[in-house]
Amino acid sequence: MDGHLVTADAHGHAAAAHHDFEIPFTVHPRPDTGIYNGKLGIWLFLASEVMLFGALFSSLILIRTSAPVWPRGWEELHVVPATVNTAVLILSSVFVVLAWANLRLGNEKAGRGFIAATLLCGFGFMGIKAYEYSLSLGHGHFPKTNNFFAIYFTMTGLHGLHVLGGMIVFAYFLGPGWKMWHTERARFTNRIEIVGLYWHFVDLVWIFLFPTLYLL
Amino acid sequence: MAEHVVATDPAVPETHAHGDDHHSPEHIKREMRVYLYVLGALAVLTAATVAARFYLHLPTGQAIALALAIASIKGFLVAGFFMHLLSEKKLIYAILILTVVFFGILLWLPVHEVIDKF
Repeated sequence: MDGHLVTADAHGHAAAAHHDFEIPFTVHPRPDTGIYNGKLGIWLFLASEVMLFGALFSSLILIRTSAPVWPRGWEELHVVPATVNTAVLILSSVFVVLAWANLRLGNEKAGRGFIAATLLCGFGFMGIKAYEYSLSLGHGHFPKTNNFFAIYFTMTGLHGLHVLGGMIVFAYFLGPGWKMWHTERARFTNRIEIVGLYWHFVDLVWIFLFPTLYLL
Repeated sequence: MAEHVVATDPAVPETHAHGDDHHSPEHIKREMRVYLYVLGALAVLTAATVAARFYLHLPTGQAIALALAIASIKGFLVAGFFMHLLSEKKLIYAILILTVVFFGILLWLPVHEVIDKF
């Protein structure tokens, strides 16, 4: 090894690099797939996420239909904060897509503002969720209480972890990650699109969780 | 709008689809208006979901069907417009079709179990 690596640039062209490796097709679409690699990666990841949450929804159906008695979600849980959370998450989805659109237009200030607003919505969601959990726990409802609360805490807890993950990524992009905007705008904009796709998926899961757990 | 790279900002290279208007500022601004319409629709549908639960007093089966129908419409709006699945590349559709098939199997298993009981 002489320290030279054969890599490919953003166009997929082979190039010699010294001690560094450049990931190909982060900006330009691959000719064979028609999309850039990061986008293909996030969709494959989201496909695995569908199966993860799908398994839990499948379990919920099985547990619910097998139970002689099933608690009414709207009597056991707290519909008002959950409805507010639905609105917060939907709003955050719009913010992130507006951030991406503004970055495509070259509007740094607006793009950054919308990403900050998305992060703020994430904090709002988690805060309301914590309040809701505190109400449930205060009433003596724990995961061990019954199957309803076991699946409720499992599904909303896992969803909350996903929200937290998205928030960490948004915080990174608002902080140290923003440097890329000044050096590789197209790549940075694609990164926002990728985290946006993840965030929309998290929103999508909640859209089904909300009526399934709280209203049925 | 399949692969999105900034083309309106002169600092960013345009990568593909020369000649189409998907990356023009006018197109992006049009998209932004659509996002706001979708937001309005999602807000109305969320309110409808909650209202249906507390004001319609439907039997359980109908309530489940209605709630899942509204959730599916909301899901379509998010996936179609925010995730741009209405105009994606074939490879993404192929991945999603495979995912939907396996997701369907996952949901079919317990439903099949329930049907067998009756």
